[in-house]
Amino acid sequence: MEQILANGLYLGAQYALIALGLTLIFSLMNVLNFAHGQMYVMGGFVTYTVVAQFGLPFIVGLLASAVVLAVIGAVCERFLFRTVIKRSKREESTMLLAAGIAFFLDAVILLVFGEKQRGVPKIVDGVFNWDMRLIMPYDRILIGALAIAMVVGFILFMQYSRTGRAMRALAQDRMAAQLMGVDVDRYSMIGFALGAMLAGIVGGLLVTITGINLGMGGPTSVKAFLMIMIGGAGVISGAIAGGFILGMMESIGLTLLAAYGDVTYLAIFATLLVFLAIRPQGLMGKPWG
Amino acid sequence: MTTPKIPNSVPTSFGNSAASRPGSLGPARLAGVAAFLALVFVAVPLGIAASGRWDFYYTLTSVALLSIASAGVWLTFYIGRINIGQGAYALAGGYVSAVLITQVGMSFWLTLPLAGLACAGLAVLIGLPILRLRGVYFAMVTLVLTEVARLSALALPVTNGAKGITSIPLPGELSVLGLTIIPDFATLEDPKLAFYLVAVALMCLSYLALWRIVNSRLGHLCRSLQQNEELAASIGVNTAHLRVLAYAISSFFGGVAGAMFVSISQSIYPSSFQVADSVNFMLNCFLGGLGYVFGPMLGTLLLYFGWDLLFTTGQYQMLIYSSAMIVLMLVLPNGLLSLFDRKGGGK
Repeated sequence: MEQILANGLYLGAQYALIALGLTLIFSLMNVLNFAHGQMYVMGGFVTYTVVAQFGLPFIVGLLASAVVLAVIGAVCERFLFRTVIKRSKREESTMLLAAGIAFFLDAVILLVFGEKQRGVPKIVDGVFNWDMRLIMPYDRILIGALAIAMVVGFILFMQYSRTGRAMRALAQDRMAAQLMGVDVDRYSMIGFALGAMLAGIVGGLLVTITGINLGMGGPTSVKAFLMIMIGGAGVISGAIAGGFILGMMESIGLTLLAAYGDVTYLAIFATLLVFLAIRPQGLMGKPWG
Repeated sequence: MTTPKIPNSVPTSFGNSAASRPGSLGPARLAGVAAFLALVFVAVPLGIAASGRWDFYYTLTSVALLSIASAGVWLTFYIGRINIGQGAYALAGGYVSAVLITQVGMSFWLTLPLAGLACAGLAVLIGLPILRLRGVYFAMVTLVLTEVARLSALALPVTNGAKGITSIPLPGELSVLGLTIIPDFATLEDPKLAFYLVAVALMCLSYLALWRIVNSRLGHLCRSLQQNEELAASIGVNTAHLRVLAYAISSFFGGVAGAMFVSISQSIYPSSFQVADSVNFMLNCFLGGLGYVFGPMLGTLLLYFGWDLLFTTGQYQMLIYSSAMIVLMLVLPNGLLSLFDRKGGGK
């Protein structure tokens, strides 16, 4: 039991961080970022390159991932999404653009990093063992703790910094924020960069444990969508809740349902369908209209 | 060389239909339809026979089938929902057909409508709860649905897991009262041509049905859903019933396309239709233009052919393809057929 809970917490912390980036972009721009999973893979590969190829310390790799992805996010917003949102009749057109960017990033990753599974050596050795009831490698504990620290840092940033306040105003009511003198274009760009950066950081963190490969992008996006559906799209607390709930469900499901084969996600989806029938806006999302 | 001929001549016939009055069957529209039918049933086979590029049959058959599935996605767009779950229904339809043929020993031609109906029934069950969602919520849940379909195919005993169902026999003879309508495919010396003709005929039927739906009372009601669901409900439109109906029709198309695909490849695996396929079905609709019945057909043709033609660029295929898509989105965010907007006023 302790083992299941610990695994769930560890998974949940990672998931929450992925969902946070996606929900931030969604709340600011009303864009569903299909390329989120690819950004995560990109972050993993950047860390891998810096750590395993150049032999630099892990923290440098993590920083490099954050910077590279922030730049990619900012460029996507400034030159692609902003233009399309202005010209398009239906705002769903941004989905095609996001999907195009997802394919593009996949192509870039394939050309630059190749299709092989990559990983970096363990950053800390040893296994935590509490009386055989709870066994967990130290590096997982470290990564989990780092992820939780990031989530806390992100909440504090959104709550107390000037930029965070501007972004929250933007998410609440774009027009009103603009009338109050918030530079809407600038903060949209910062928000997108921040969302992409979070995806990159998770990629960088997880490359030390599960490794990274080209095919992980799509499934990661799907999981991120699941999380923000559970929690409610565009709400920060919802993304965190969704991440931890999915992490727990996956951890419990993998243990209890292992006897029946690979049916965990089927069970999760069936539960989600029932849940959405009762509460379509998710746990903490706002109802429409 | 037939390559330039096909993409060039198709948009003109679409242009005619987009430009004429919606719903009316004027001489210009009839001529356009006749030209299109002559093109796909006579000119293309003749052109391929003359040039010897038999591989184009496979490409064009795929385009025809994918555009049937895209037509379904387009219909859900028509009621204002973004459907990224068509891959799930294509997979389900494929498995229904494959299981019925291999385990029950049913004729393929009987399983084709049954696959569609099974998918429509499934869509009613799944659609009842999820169609209450809107916008990105619906989009996300349908995307997850595709992934779930793949996982179900892996987990269920009847689907034979990751090994899939292989060596499915070719479609047999279809006869009514002793009169052979479609001969046994195994006895044909050129099943490629036969598959092409069947696929194109199915595509024409699907788009005829779609066009008929859009220009009927049902279509008008769907349009009211697209614009404002609350307002439509307030003046007495049964929105819940209507959206489930539209979703079921959409999934019917997906199931038929999936079943037909299975009979061509003679095999099906859980990975036959994936998230990427679902996304592509949606992209086809976007690319062609969401305001036009024939948009998804054009979008499928361009995306599939574009992808195929870029094959020669090797490892840069994906890079060029996705860049072209992004650029197209920047220049024409409302779809290719929006080029005709000034002439026809849109529909």
